[in-house]
Amino acid sequence: MAQVHSTHGHEDNGHASSEILGGHQSYTTVTDTIADVVLKRPLGKAWLFGFAISFALLMMFLFAVTNLLVRGIGIWGVNIPVGWGFDIVNFVWWIGIGHAGTLISAILLLLKQDWRTSINRFAEAMTLFAVACAGLYPLMHMGRPWLFYWLMPLPNTMALWPQFRSPLEFDVFAVSTYATVSLLFWYVGLIPDLATLRDRATNPLIKKLYAIPALGWRGSAIHWHRYRTAYLLLAGIATPLVVSVHTIVALDFTIGIIPGWHTTVFPPYFVAGAIFSGFAMVATLAIPLRSYFGLKDYITDKHLDNMAKVMLVTGLIVTYGYMIEGFMAWYGANTYERYQMLVDRPTGAYKHDWWLLILCNCVMTQLLWFKSIRNNIILLWLISLVINVGMWLERYVIVVISLHSDFLPSSWGMYHGTVWDYMTFYGTIGLFMTLMFLFVRILPAISIAEMRELVHELHERDEARTQATPPAARTV
Amino acid sequence: MAQLFRPSVNTIARLVILGGLGLVFGGVGLAYLFAGSPYQTGATLIREQPVAFSHQHHVAGLGIDCRYCHSSVETSAAAGMPPTYTCMSCHSQVWNQAPMLAPVRQSLEENKPLEWNKLHQLPDYAYFHHGIHIQKGVGCVECHGRVDQMPLMWKAEPQTMSWCLDCHRHPEGRLRKPEDVFKMDSPRLPVEEGLELLKTHNIPVDRLTNCSVCHR
Amino acid sequence: MSNRTRSDFGSQDLSELRRKLAGSSGPQYWRSLEELAGTEEFERYLHREFPEQAAEWHDPVGRRQFLQLMGASLALAGVSGCVVRPEDKIVPYVKAPEHVVPGKPLYYASAAVQEGYGSGILVESHLGRPTKVEGNPSHPASLGATDLFTQASILNLYDPDRSQSVTLNGHLTSWDALLNALIDLRTVQLAKKGAGVRFLTGTVTSPTVARLMDQVLGPKFFPQARWHQYEPVGHANRRAGIRLATGTDAEAVHHIDKADVVVSLDADFLSWGPSKLRDARNLAIRREPGPENKNPIRLYVVEPTPSITGATADHRWPLSSEEIQAVAATLARAVGVSDLPSAATELKAPWLATLVADLQKSKGKSLVLAGETQPPAIHALVHAINQALGNVGQTLTYHEPVAALAPEGQSGSISELADDIRAGRVEALFILGNNPVYDAPSELGFAATGAESSSLLLKVPTVVHLGLFNDETAQVSTWHIPEAHFLESWGDVRAFDGSATIIQPLIAPLYGGRTASEVLSTLIDGTPLPSRSLVEDTWRGNRSDSDFTAFWTKSLHDGVIADSAAKPKSVSLKPLADISWPKAGTGKYELLFRPDPTIWDGSHSNNGWLQELPKPMTRVVWDNPALISKKTADQEGLKDGDILKLTLNGRILKVPVWVNPGHAEDAITLTLGFGRSEDAGYRGRVGAGVGFDTYSLRTQNGFWSTRGVLVEKTGENYPLYSTQGHNTMVGRDLIRTGTHADYAHDPTIGPTPYGVVMHHEAAGDHGAANGHGHAEETGITPHGADPAKGLIGFEYPEPYRRRNDGELGNRWGMSINLNACIGCAACVVACQAENNIPVVGKDQVGRGREMHWLRIDRYYATESRDAEPSANPATHFQPIPCMHCETAPCEMVCPVEATSHSAEGLNEMTYNRCVGTRYCSNNCPYKVRRFNFFQYSDQLTESLKLQRNPDVSVRTRGVMEKCTYCVQRLTKARIEAQIKSPDGNDAVPGDAVATACQQACPTRAIVFGNMNDRSSAVAKAKEDPRNYSLLAELNTRPRTTYLAKLTNPNTAIEA
Repeated sequence: MAQVHSTHGHEDNGHASSEILGGHQSYTTVTDTIADVVLKRPLGKAWLFGFAISFALLMMFLFAVTNLLVRGIGIWGVNIPVGWGFDIVNFVWWIGIGHAGTLISAILLLLKQDWRTSINRFAEAMTLFAVACAGLYPLMHMGRPWLFYWLMPLPNTMALWPQFRSPLEFDVFAVSTYATVSLLFWYVGLIPDLATLRDRATNPLIKKLYAIPALGWRGSAIHWHRYRTAYLLLAGIATPLVVSVHTIVALDFTIGIIPGWHTTVFPPYFVAGAIFSGFAMVATLAIPLRSYFGLKDYITDKHLDNMAKVMLVTGLIVTYGYMIEGFMAWYGANTYERYQMLVDRPTGAYKHDWWLLILCNCVMTQLLWFKSIRNNIILLWLISLVINVGMWLERYVIVVISLHSDFLPSSWGMYHGTVWDYMTFYGTIGLFMTLMFLFVRILPAISIAEMRELVHELHERDEARTQATPPAARTV
Repeated sequence: MAQLFRPSVNTIARLVILGGLGLVFGGVGLAYLFAGSPYQTGATLIREQPVAFSHQHHVAGLGIDCRYCHSSVETSAAAGMPPTYTCMSCHSQVWNQAPMLAPVRQSLEENKPLEWNKLHQLPDYAYFHHGIHIQKGVGCVECHGRVDQMPLMWKAEPQTMSWCLDCHRHPEGRLRKPEDVFKMDSPRLPVEEGLELLKTHNIPVDRLTNCSVCHR
Repeated sequence: MSNRTRSDFGSQDLSELRRKLAGSSGPQYWRSLEELAGTEEFERYLHREFPEQAAEWHDPVGRRQFLQLMGASLALAGVSGCVVRPEDKIVPYVKAPEHVVPGKPLYYASAAVQEGYGSGILVESHLGRPTKVEGNPSHPASLGATDLFTQASILNLYDPDRSQSVTLNGHLTSWDALLNALIDLRTVQLAKKGAGVRFLTGTVTSPTVARLMDQVLGPKFFPQARWHQYEPVGHANRRAGIRLATGTDAEAVHHIDKADVVVSLDADFLSWGPSKLRDARNLAIRREPGPENKNPIRLYVVEPTPSITGATADHRWPLSSEEIQAVAATLARAVGVSDLPSAATELKAPWLATLVADLQKSKGKSLVLAGETQPPAIHALVHAINQALGNVGQTLTYHEPVAALAPEGQSGSISELADDIRAGRVEALFILGNNPVYDAPSELGFAATGAESSSLLLKVPTVVHLGLFNDETAQVSTWHIPEAHFLESWGDVRAFDGSATIIQPLIAPLYGGRTASEVLSTLIDGTPLPSRSLVEDTWRGNRSDSDFTAFWTKSLHDGVIADSAAKPKSVSLKPLADISWPKAGTGKYELLFRPDPTIWDGSHSNNGWLQELPKPMTRVVWDNPALISKKTADQEGLKDGDILKLTLNGRILKVPVWVNPGHAEDAITLTLGFGRSEDAGYRGRVGAGVGFDTYSLRTQNGFWSTRGVLVEKTGENYPLYSTQGHNTMVGRDLIRTGTHADYAHDPTIGPTPYGVVMHHEAAGDHGAANGHGHAEETGITPHGADPAKGLIGFEYPEPYRRRNDGELGNRWGMSINLNACIGCAACVVACQAENNIPVVGKDQVGRGREMHWLRIDRYYATESRDAEPSANPATHFQPIPCMHCETAPCEMVCPVEATSHSAEGLNEMTYNRCVGTRYCSNNCPYKVRRFNFFQYSDQLTESLKLQRNPDVSVRTRGVMEKCTYCVQRLTKARIEAQIKSPDGNDAVPGDAVATACQQACPTRAIVFGNMNDRSSAVAKAKEDPRNYSLLAELNTRPRTTYLAKLTNPNTAIEA
């Protein structure tokens, strides 16, 4: 029977331990700690409190959207010349956040980075939820959202197709593909764990609820074989998407002729920026999560340290991007670009946003050079928050400042988000957090199956080491 | 421990997956079919009219030319609906007591216009010009069908945008000789003659699909 | 008592509305609610229910908009359900009227009336529904052009707030009831020879009304009655000046076309006066370089308040109106007018001497003009100056008076009327079209303000008021009669030169309006004759019936009555020594009153188009701030929007200020026509509560300017919205200007190539002004002369030149001559009228959402690249329609191909395909695209639907729109060309079709046509060396290009 394999298959043999797996872990401890978070642990006050707040925000979001649909896009701050505001800023911000998940899961998997195992699961979940939030904005920002299906290549009585030259049309495909693949990847990874939960669950109803998505997983060799093939294939498919999605989002701007948009450096540094913000968000979530659910042994300081390093590198790439923008504006001697990059951004009406962006993304990240700071959990958490803010500001600068002063001074104008813009923005954060809270209660936040493997592998290594060392040293 | 599900669940599972996919693609297909159906386009539907006017009788039977009633069809955007006077120019003599024509006589007495129910209705953002189509050799029958065989009027064609574009993209196959334009039973010109007509009538095919040709 | 009548009104309305509300549903319900909106109950309800909408509720347009939104959401609910297409009716005629072909508009000739003078118009009518007003080319005052007011008059016609019924003390009553009352009154007054009868009208040039007034005041009827004429903004000083100078009544006509040098003493002749359209046209002709114009005209302007005339001038000096009087005196002495009054002071300025020299140089070819804002004495002086310069008979001619005058002893001013009323000598007052309670000088007490507890009119037993609106005067009149709009009534009117036009109705009076002549004929015949027969009687003369019918038909058809112009009149100037010279006032600040550029004297305050039309100079909308100079602002520590407290002999006005570069120092300009309130009895939903009532400070003596105003900064602030955020070109190559000297040297008025300083750089501020001095900043230097050349000068194959089948099709293009453009904004209103462009309201404009398809950019040429516009900057106008780029950046970014390119080179916008991503607008370098952020176009008010152009889609919420080159007109022309031509060719003759903006333009600055027709005006304009395209370096390849502006500065003057 299935459950035999998955639970009592191995009795407690040996104690694996390493810097990516704290404490003395065995299959049982792994399974217990992670599965119990879902099955046994009662609803904590903190969880209820957090969920309540997130859900309230979600309700506010629904209110804001309803008003938007009834009264029109005019309730937002957008205008002529600034035709895009919070809507596109938030879209790009969320998409960016959505990048870490796939990156961690897919690319690190292919690179056999075993430290990924403990964070990939909720990183993927984060990706899905972030993409869900992002996907809402392009719909909401349309003047006539009920006609969104005109962007799909569907047969119709108008004998018309979408225009495939438009970067917005690229988006439709890029984002939907990314969402689909991420979902599959996440789900396939979940199947063995769903089986575990199915077997450990005591309440028959819950048993069934887990059994259906578990698709009758019994952990037979052939199951494992197919599982691995599928997982690797999906990883292979997902990897290029990490690059493609944000490249295409970058094209939304670079294809425009607006000074501040029309530049070739965007795609690479958008991707870097995406990973930058993605990892920042993973850290922002991982740190509280592991302490609250007592998963410190699984999400170790080593993990956080690695993430901090990734943030530092991508942060530097982003900074380089900013410098190149400025340099090319000066070197290109295009009066409009020069004004935009060298005059308006640092000294213009929005100079505060710009300088704050530099502070958040370029200056603060430099702290990550120091190991002491990387290992100071509180500081790291704060820095990751700062980076989230900084990356939001980056998109605000690109979208709003570029548009508010383009070619003809006569049509320069100002943009300010209205209360509805903010409600929508915080609303999507509410949506994201709500999904996150539900996720950690309903599904294992860390891949049980992969953790077991990890334990096994580490055990093997221990074995190897112990054979090498003289018996006297064996003080276990 | 007992199995959670009966073996049949496997089949059900498979059906659910297939059905889900079917729903997605089938749904799109159905929506498309619906949009083109008479229910949406109003094609082939007959509507109640104040007077049961028979085009069959007046056109095929009496051989009255379209332009007798629809007088501005050659020059104006609107083909023009006959004023009550036009009806009465004959019906003051013939059938002048027919109960069927009571509404017409009433309209004349009370100087109240007849209110016909519209069959061929384009959206407000689509601008159609009868005159230019006539001038370029598009026969009445192309869009209105064999009116001479309609005892009661109905809309012969769906008149969806794709239907318009079919002709605007390839007019050559749908044109008639100038003298045949108003003839219900006249044949379309064969394509090669149609292509000839494009030249003689100076029809710029590359411009017929510009948006502003119909939308302003 | 005034309160009594008002409160009656309230109750009246309410019962009305309850009745309407009962048993109405759907849109009907909202329409009723909209009416209900005025009432207090609803206000209170609203504050309770929707706090945040309440704010927007106080903005009248905001209120309308809110209702639209509700309507829109209703509509939305409608479409959400899956419904078959709505079922419509076809309603043919019973008897088809002559000429009317469904789908084909007809045009009728008539005349528009302003300040009593006429300007010929052609009115487009769709199935008996006038939709658009154009100029009548064969009319001397129009020459085919229209001004912004004439363009907007069509909206006044359909204004749902127009007065709709005869009222007695505010109660609805009937026309017959009024007739009985009038007949009684007539019999009573006949006995007294009309001793108690008074008439108050504006300027009257209508021969019919004049004839009837003569009869009424004649011996047979009311020889004792008096006729008072008053206009808040009119021609009183001009006429008084002529009378002062010549001793007789005459009409002075000036001929700009014959002048080489024109000096304007605060004469804003391009926006004010019965011949403004003609003057503008002539000025433009004389500014254009070319063989037939060897020495182009030079225009000097001295004025306190910046005007479009000042902006067009070659030299302009901001002076207070007292200084201007001194200038007049100086000029007079210098040209040899000896007998000046001793009081006349002079102004010493180096430039003045040069100016005089220029005048002397061109005797007989010069012209000095004084503005209506100058006192009669100055006008008299100016006549003398022109006499001395030998201009009389050349650039200035005298004619028989055009405006009707009361018989000797029976004429009177409005102040005399006020005195008579106080003395109780007035028993019956007929106010024909005036609104004295709102616009009469404040100290006369027509308005119940200050000293007067209630309006002076309440002292008169019977006041009969004829007016378009149920306005302030109507509230305190015994009888109010709705007046017929000039588009719905028979009448006649004379132009500046006396040429008469028959005014014919385009539609039956919408609200049962009556004309002044009908009212007068009632007094004469005891029963009202129809206007038409009254007009016919005026013109029948001794013609036989057949002759008359022919004459009548011809006159109606032409829009001008043959040789009806006023006969020349020989006048001799009287000595000036004893004329009373205006006394200099005391006090630091001079307070000036000026008509508002778009609302004028208030007669257009309920016209949304004009309220939202940016004022040519300030670009401010929906307000009338006090205009001050930068220096004054700094002295008082004021910035835009700071509220200033003005105190003038006891009367107080709080008004926000706007810093207006080029304004005279130590002077404050207040524009008229705003600040109308529902409390004062004004019923316009658009105009009520907008701006500040500047009439409250206006007095007889300080009619146009006065001193002694106390200025106090309140520290409060008020939101003022201007449609232009930035006023300088920050060194960009946007508007190219040069001088005629430059042109002679090198007709290509291009930007400076890298580094090299161009010759005309030296000529005053132009060079630095438009950034030529900073071409190295511009980097890439476009080849200005030829838009078909790329940024580095190599040829691109020009797309859309021919049809695929090789035939020469249409290739539409536009050229805008910046040298001719005077920034009058008639084109903007014309575009709005033609293309069903909605009004969005002050709040939305403040958010940067105005909808004008065609805007006019106004740039100040500053001394240095980013400097604040200075004390007296050069001002340039640049109309910006859609450029219809051949490589349009907007097209490729639209995900649904809602905007695409036509084979004739149009950049087309398909509203019904647009999903509203707004990327096209973001990517438009010219920012000409406009977006419907809300349901802007009013789909609820029935009467406004009648105005809409049936050939243009009315846009809904969430779609983008923009200038289409009036594609509906192009398509019409093309179809007609094909139907006409034997081989069905669609090529339209080059100049056969005109866009709305082009048709309205008084200076013909806008040229449009088929560029494939090499003989067309547009094709020629594109070959002009001055031709350049805006932002050419982006390689957008605009179809709209510009001709560089040329000025003709006097090199002897260091401007």
